[in-house]
Amino acid sequence: MSIAARGAKGAGEKRESFWSSRPMRRLRRNKLAWVGAVLVLAFMLVAVFAPLIAPPPKVGNNCLRDLGQSEPSAVYNPAGGAFWRMILAPPASCYQITRINFQPQPSPPLQTIQTEAGPVVPLLGTASGYDMWYGIIWGTRTAFKLAITVVFFQLLIGITLGAISGYFGGTVDNLIQRFIEIILSFPGLVLVIVITAILGPSLGNIMAAFIAVGWAGYARIVRGDVLKVRALEFVDGARALGVSDLRLIFRHIIPNALTTITAIAVLDLGALPLAAAGLSFLGIGLPVGFADWGQLVSFARAWIQGNTESRLAYWYVAFYPALTIILFGLGWNLLGSAVRDAVDPRDNG
Amino acid sequence: MFAFIVRRLMFLPVVIFVLSVLIVALLQFLSPEQRAAAYIRSDNQARNMAAVIKQYGLDQPFYVQYWNWLKEVAHGNLGFSKSSSKPVWDTIKERFPSTLELALYSLIPLIGFGVWFGTLAGLNKNKFIDQFARIFAVVTGNIPTFVMGIILLVLFYGLLGIAPGPGQISAENQVNLIVNPVPRVTGMLSIDALLAGNWPIFWDVIRHLILPVITLTTVLNAGLIMVTRGSMIEALNQDYVRTAKAKGLSERQVNLKHARRNALLPVATIAGFQVAGLLGGAVITESIFAWPGIGSWGADAAARFDVPGILGFALLAGVVTVVMNLVVDIMYAVIDPRVRFD
Repeated sequence: MSIAARGAKGAGEKRESFWSSRPMRRLRRNKLAWVGAVLVLAFMLVAVFAPLIAPPPKVGNNCLRDLGQSEPSAVYNPAGGAFWRMILAPPASCYQITRINFQPQPSPPLQTIQTEAGPVVPLLGTASGYDMWYGIIWGTRTAFKLAITVVFFQLLIGITLGAISGYFGGTVDNLIQRFIEIILSFPGLVLVIVITAILGPSLGNIMAAFIAVGWAGYARIVRGDVLKVRALEFVDGARALGVSDLRLIFRHIIPNALTTITAIAVLDLGALPLAAAGLSFLGIGLPVGFADWGQLVSFARAWIQGNTESRLAYWYVAFYPALTIILFGLGWNLLGSAVRDAVDPRDNG
Repeated sequence: MFAFIVRRLMFLPVVIFVLSVLIVALLQFLSPEQRAAAYIRSDNQARNMAAVIKQYGLDQPFYVQYWNWLKEVAHGNLGFSKSSSKPVWDTIKERFPSTLELALYSLIPLIGFGVWFGTLAGLNKNKFIDQFARIFAVVTGNIPTFVMGIILLVLFYGLLGIAPGPGQISAENQVNLIVNPVPRVTGMLSIDALLAGNWPIFWDVIRHLILPVITLTTVLNAGLIMVTRGSMIEALNQDYVRTAKAKGLSERQVNLKHARRNALLPVATIAGFQVAGLLGGAVITESIFAWPGIGSWGADAAARFDVPGILGFALLAGVVTVVMNLVVDIMYAVIDPRVRFD
């Protein structure tokens, strides 16, 4: 009913600009949305500028070698190719956390560690010899890479199949819907675990698993919206003018059905990296040493009790990754729920 | 109603069929040698890889392999799980009660607290307690399970030392259990210990349950609180609530008898799905707290490429979820007489 009302109005009035539209006005008034947006923006900047915030060192990481550079300072020079390559498409080895040594025991933040290449001072300490700072900063990049890729493909598949299903109806609709029912009747996390476990740990495989499982939810929503929008008069009007099916779906029906899935997509962008981190915490999904928050938290499992001197001797191993994860989740959730409330015409207070 | 249940139960074999086809199909991405690894248990077999591949038909086309797998399952053979060192079916029988145990103990705090807090927030819309409930829900609902588990372990086990570490019972009681075993009746250790009158074991298991139950409760509560709050606010705005107030009923009676009863309908759905999720194995919670249930076994099997284990775990989780969703739907019709099946 709400969509019908909005659609009918949209057909009659001049389109208002995006920034002054009603959902955006509501969003701008929401203080929590601003807190969320600032947090998300901060994480985004960290992800984009990860190579500058945590530059690849000379020892303990193959990144510089694969980049064809010998000095970490090369990364800071915007006139050189290394800078742009690191920001836009760093070599795969850069996503491996720098391994300072092979000491299983964690080393506290800012404590100097002697290595064969000279002393190193890890900002947030190490666990299993892995540099936590490097892991957290590059882990942010992993999180965004995963979230954006997965949500993009989920939307692509979900919108296409949902639109086809809703627009054409009949046998096609029936087939697609039964398939979606089967996927949705199954616990999503278990399916993701099964797929990644069999395909083997890698970022590509875990992304494929999330895409394979997650599109169904979008498809179902898009189908419902398409069914509602399809019944509106402007669609009949367009069809009477001789507009083709494809054009009708993509130019007229989908844009009118997009509001609901935008809100879900924003929430998903924040939830997916945390779900992936949960799997890599269990040792499923991402290879050992890959820059990812879940893995960093899993280092803490062995050191929960501290040592004989202090029960909190290794607090930093759990603290920094956990704090990062909580802030990331909080930021996206505040932003996401604000978007959901802004596009939802029903006001629950 | 009967026809509805039958129709829904007919969905079950379809789900299992699609799932098993999917898994066997996924295995085709691997080489026959990698697939053979699932069957190898001795050095001798490892040296004769080709023989193993031939024996199990791993180089055959996809449909032949699927048919072979199906024949084995029809004979009750789900394979051997490397990660539990037992046949898959035995592992399920041994571990499922523990999953059930954790779910049972989580049920009351989870639903009780969520409904109580959500009602309170809904009744005091926009007052302090409501704001607090919303912040609480946003914060706890955002902390991933594994982070929550680690935080609780660091605080209560590591720092304060008042909670036991991961596991179902402590090491010395593990020894006591071997010397003086508790007869297995339900498979749930705490209940069995209670039935046998073995108080130290019972108390020990309960102590070990505290942190996992708190983890599940805090993580899953956010949704329940917000749904209860929302539907409570909606119910309070209904005409029949105004009528009840106009009749001169007390505030308490109106709130709890008239408004909350109706407000709880959507809550029942959410709670039902959460319980269904718990029974399918709370993978992450069980793993962090080394709880010997289905979920921790599934995670272990996945991390160690134990293919029969992964398959068994996935099939069990699928069946449990489909059946539980059906139970939720039926319960929904029982508590809401307006719902009719057709």
